[in-house]
Amino acid sequence: MAILNLRVNGKERTVEDVDPATPLLWVLRDSLNLVGTKFGCGMAVCGACTVLVDGEPIRACSTPVAGLAGKNITTIEGLARSEKELHPLQQAWIDHDVPQCGYCQAGQLMSATALLARTPKPTDEDIDAAMAGNLCRCGTYQRIRAAIHTAAGRLAKGKA
Amino acid sequence: MNAQWTAAVTADESLRALMSEVEAGAPALPMHAVKLDRRSFLKLTGMAGGGLTLGFVLGGQTSEAANAPSDFAPNAFLRISSKGSILIYNKGPEIGQGIKTAFPLIIAEELDALWTDVVVEQAPVNPTVYGNQSAGGSRSIPSSWDQLRKAGAVARAMLVSAAAASWKVPVAECTTRDSAVWNGKRKLTYGALAVKASALPVPDAATVRLKERSEYRLLGKAYTGVENRKVVTGAPLFGIDQQLPGLKFAVYEKCPATGGKVRSANLEEIKRLPGVRDAFVIEGNGKPTEVMAGVAIVADSTWAAFEARKKLRVEWDESTASKDSWTAITKRAAELAKQPAGETTTISVGATADALKGAAKTVEGFYTYPFVSHSPLEPQNCTAWNHEGILEFWSPTQTADRSLKTLSDALGLPVEKIKVNQTRVGGGFGRRLMNDYACEAGAIAQRFAGPVKLMWTREQDLAHDFYRPGGFHSLAGGVDAQGKLVAWRNHFISFTTDGKNPVSGGNLPDQEFPAQNVPNYQLTQTLLPLLTPCGPWRAPRSCSVAWVIQSFLHELSAAAGRDHRDFLLEVMGAPRLLPGGLNTGRAADVIKLVTEKAGWGQKLPAGHGLGLAFHFSHAGHFAEVAEVSVDANKRIRLHRMVVVGDIGPIVNMSGANNQCEGGVIDGYSTMLGLEITMENGRVEQSNFHQYPILRIADQPKVEVHFIQSDNPPTGVGEPALPPVAPAICNAIYAAIGHRVRTLPLTKEGFSV
Repeated sequence: MAILNLRVNGKERTVEDVDPATPLLWVLRDSLNLVGTKFGCGMAVCGACTVLVDGEPIRACSTPVAGLAGKNITTIEGLARSEKELHPLQQAWIDHDVPQCGYCQAGQLMSATALLARTPKPTDEDIDAAMAGNLCRCGTYQRIRAAIHTAAGRLAKGKA
Repeated sequence: MNAQWTAAVTADESLRALMSEVEAGAPALPMHAVKLDRRSFLKLTGMAGGGLTLGFVLGGQTSEAANAPSDFAPNAFLRISSKGSILIYNKGPEIGQGIKTAFPLIIAEELDALWTDVVVEQAPVNPTVYGNQSAGGSRSIPSSWDQLRKAGAVARAMLVSAAAASWKVPVAECTTRDSAVWNGKRKLTYGALAVKASALPVPDAATVRLKERSEYRLLGKAYTGVENRKVVTGAPLFGIDQQLPGLKFAVYEKCPATGGKVRSANLEEIKRLPGVRDAFVIEGNGKPTEVMAGVAIVADSTWAAFEARKKLRVEWDESTASKDSWTAITKRAAELAKQPAGETTTISVGATADALKGAAKTVEGFYTYPFVSHSPLEPQNCTAWNHEGILEFWSPTQTADRSLKTLSDALGLPVEKIKVNQTRVGGGFGRRLMNDYACEAGAIAQRFAGPVKLMWTREQDLAHDFYRPGGFHSLAGGVDAQGKLVAWRNHFISFTTDGKNPVSGGNLPDQEFPAQNVPNYQLTQTLLPLLTPCGPWRAPRSCSVAWVIQSFLHELSAAAGRDHRDFLLEVMGAPRLLPGGLNTGRAADVIKLVTEKAGWGQKLPAGHGLGLAFHFSHAGHFAEVAEVSVDANKRIRLHRMVVVGDIGPIVNMSGANNQCEGGVIDGYSTMLGLEITMENGRVEQSNFHQYPILRIADQPKVEVHFIQSDNPPTGVGEPALPPVAPAICNAIYAAIGHRVRTLPLTKEGFSV
């Protein structure tokens, strides 16, 4: 058991009495009460637990927390720009009414965030490649694609 | 009688009861007395749903805040504050079908509320007050339509009365729109009328006027889900998200073969592991739908519980456990298929054997489909807390109301000692019609002081499902010299757990298409023994048999050299309503429109094909056309799926489209590569790497159109799925001339 210092959504968080082998997912959910990141498979094949570590998407269910000290961890709770202003992807998700059950969508949004940071104007193929690790059991992929394009368009407009 | 049938596994008994209730739309719970602490009552009688008449008393017992004196709360569905906000309670479980948006829209429509004024909250679980609080069988909309409309209309009538009295004008001179009552150009907002309306008597719901469809302002347009903002910001919504002070985390290990009991376990060793609070055996009651025998581990974190489970060693007594083998089942079914008729005759019309002999052309085919799992992305879980004499649950269930009785039976507690809070549900698909996970959480909470969250792993979720049963159909059919369908024979090989009745999803009713559309029809059935639990899976029965029926119909039209659209329309015949609900006129309308939208008859490149299929289920008439291409290596691509449905008027166009889009993907994903196999009673697939749900790159273009007929509105969560697999297989045949008779497609060498 150890004490760990983590930087989550821009805040320094201390987790006491934690097994360093614990996957980040369960530290977020059980210790830090950040339950937006979801458990789906436990073996990094469904993407429901996707978070960003220094901007890169990782599967929190299979990433031991010990190696994450000093890195910037961003979860779905830290994606919005402020209390009032959502990230353009979040707004596009609402505008396209993407979610059905909604359980996978936090992971989808985090993967999409990493995609747009790298590729501001993605093609369908770019989207398929970047989102390949995220399952949606309800089958909302068509809307996910459309929402990513919408968000990319709005981001480009915002910068122009 | 097979010895297996005497085993104490009775999944189907309770499931049959449950499904008949779901299909009848009737609440399972006795209408026990509930004390109502509100002065205002709304007596609604003659609720929709199987002709059931219930003396519901809709009291305002919704939350503490409901007692604010300045609020207008004419019934348990809504509350209007004097500040103008309109709170609507959604009574049904939100499982991804969009009911938390659709139900309040129906109330808001009759209320004439401005949708932006509406705030939606989840209602408490109390079937005495709310009636049906389950989501199954696509019955939410049809079973609650009139109840919700009346709830809104009664409130509107009272607000109009209050305004008319204020202005001293007749009620007839008042109109409503945008959360206000209008008299000419002057208006009083609902908020301004809240106090006055509260003092009025509540009119009889049977006397209030309901809107004509032409008067709708809200229904039929597209709305984003009322909880979408919370979904995209990661707010705690789901069962798995529940947090309580001092919450502990539990796992529950059951025998991998259904029916095994605990002989011994290394409990002392487990209890010494870091973070583990307790470990104990639960005997259970032998019902897969309630509590099977197993070992519970309670720990300080989910991870500690998962880690302890890895070290758990249980010796199982498998003397009465399942030994089911898919290999043995398929071998036996292939032998049985050689017999033209099964053990029992479901229905026989005309002289099928003679008609087949006399047919100009006959076709035979043996169709096989596998068991499949629901696999909602949120694994089964439930939080339970035994406190202050009440066992309280936070449960992601599709059957919030029925779960009260199930929990009462399973845990030996009176219903009054059980409280269920409904959470958002991370996917239903029929899996959470059962409440086994809640029963397990309750059994653990009865043994452990403090709140406990039971968490299943994905592996447990795949291993302990109520599977869509596999099945086998040995078919023969014939057409006459004009290419008209004259004979249809189906020997259906399915399963039984009790030695008498088919398993859930393993029955085929005598009214199933095309029983009433062909002059000579014979349906017989043979049941094989099974102990693997089966249960309703999205569009139960239809999700598998539609593929068989609509594929074989295409075999016959192809043999006759007919255009399949013409053939299908001919089989439907003159427009009429058939017993069982199939309206051949509505069927013909969706078939005509879908072929028009899809460009039926167009010339396509080599290796491309269009496939058409129709299916009626859950009161919905759906026809679909798939465009598929297949290359020389049997790699297939589904380019486009056009869906046309008639479910009457649409409540939320975005939600309805989303359900159809999802139904297409679910149907495609399942027929493409999903199967559950079992050997020695154990399911062989452990996680998504062996149960490969479709990913984004294989998403086809899905187009959805509705014929909004004047028929009563019906559900859309299920009926778009059944035509998907046959439309795709018929398209494969059109593309390369290969007839798929075994699913998933990977079995016949196809890949994407």
